[in-house]
Amino acid sequence: MSTPISGKLNRDQMAWRVAQDIPGGSYVNLGIGMPEMVANHLPDDRQVIFHCENGILGMGPVAAPGEEDFDLVTAGKKPVTAVAGAAFFDSANSFAMIRGGHLDIAVLGAFQISAAGDLANWSTGDAGTTPAVGGAMDLAQGARDVFVITEHTTKDGAPKIMPQCTYPLTGAGVVTTVFTDLAVIDIHKDGPVVREIANGLSFDDLQALTGATLTLDADCKALSAPAF
Amino acid sequence: MIIDKRVPTLADAVQGISDGAVVAISGFGEAGNPTELVHALVEQGASDLTVVNNNAGTGQLGLAKLLAAGQVSKVICSFPRSAKSVVFQDLYKAGKIELEVVPQGTLAERLRASGAGIGGFFTPTSASTPLAEGKETRVIDGKDHVLELPIRADVALIKADKADPWGNLTYRKAARNFAPNMAMAAALTIVQARVIVGLGDIDPEQVVTPSIFVDRIVEVSDPVSEAAALLEQANA
Repeated sequence: MSTPISGKLNRDQMAWRVAQDIPGGSYVNLGIGMPEMVANHLPDDRQVIFHCENGILGMGPVAAPGEEDFDLVTAGKKPVTAVAGAAFFDSANSFAMIRGGHLDIAVLGAFQISAAGDLANWSTGDAGTTPAVGGAMDLAQGARDVFVITEHTTKDGAPKIMPQCTYPLTGAGVVTTVFTDLAVIDIHKDGPVVREIANGLSFDDLQALTGATLTLDADCKALSAPAF
Repeated sequence: MIIDKRVPTLADAVQGISDGAVVAISGFGEAGNPTELVHALVEQGASDLTVVNNNAGTGQLGLAKLLAAGQVSKVICSFPRSAKSVVFQDLYKAGKIELEVVPQGTLAERLRASGAGIGGFFTPTSASTPLAEGKETRVIDGKDHVLELPIRADVALIKADKADPWGNLTYRKAARNFAPNMAMAAALTIVQARVIVGLGDIDPEQVVTPSIFVDRIVEVSDPVSEAAALLEQANA
């Protein structure tokens, strides 16, 4: 769309919006990239324990310059810190936490999401790219809730929320909620339901930017976030 | 007979690794990589190796050096596409190396299963994805599951923090990752430890890998860290 949408969120606002839906006391895994930004936007009084699949519960902020310890890194291999109350464990145990349904929420990025909550976020199927999956499939299948944070469309304006994914799947029927720069969309049994929509955007406008058929929640609210 | 699994040198530690061996190498990125043991394997020269690691080597040291030496014919890993995994990417794109991509949790559990004598397991991970193609599937509790088989390693190269002469091990922070699972999965588990302490100096309550899973230990008191070195260069 050529006209700017007044209520469109920037990346920090998107991360802030996701953080608002993470209840206190949750065990949460943040995927690499934009999901990591969610940790910066949790309310100060809300305690959440971050899980890192390479063997950390109680992951803290990124290590300050000069304080880096390369035995303590994120899934993206960035030096990080551990909070008081943290625990270390081996990879099989770490994925038992994920796969065994102990992890409350995984926040992941996406290439595509289908109407049925299928997630594609590990491969575009491009033969020239070396395949690499990491922990994405385990997180998608294992976490009780899978929150996706993503721009509503690709850089070229193509929809990312599709009737069906055209890219190879990470997991089928796994997504709980999609948080975009334009809307908050819950994946219900009968399809995607718009819970919040950006100011300056009608439901029809949003539908035009979405491949899958949307339903408007009767209580749909304005999507808003503080300025960052 | 006194049990003492210490060996004097890195060369002694990797002695006897044969061509065609399946070698599990601990570490996640650089955390927990037994870089000195891998370099000893480069010197030792075994070839046609299948390497099991979470990644496929970064930078120029450790696994990247083993790959560059042409000693590896196949890599089993979850994520070979890190920004600095140049050596692997070049070999892969040139068709000179085989790759089996395994979801990270499935990789850990296949190693654990091997060490625990489990003949395979059904997991929901990778159901309905290309990584499940050709694998047996079953619906359990209404959910699609995929059969995954154990990874039996001939050798594990492990980095630990403390070891005692029997081979009880502790690790440091997130450098633990795959090491305990690989130590279980291998017929021959070789450990480089930052420090070898006396028998009884590791509190039995604190032992992470019990000695039964360990065969050889060598002390490497000041292991190289390529990431730390690069950071120092960048800050200089």
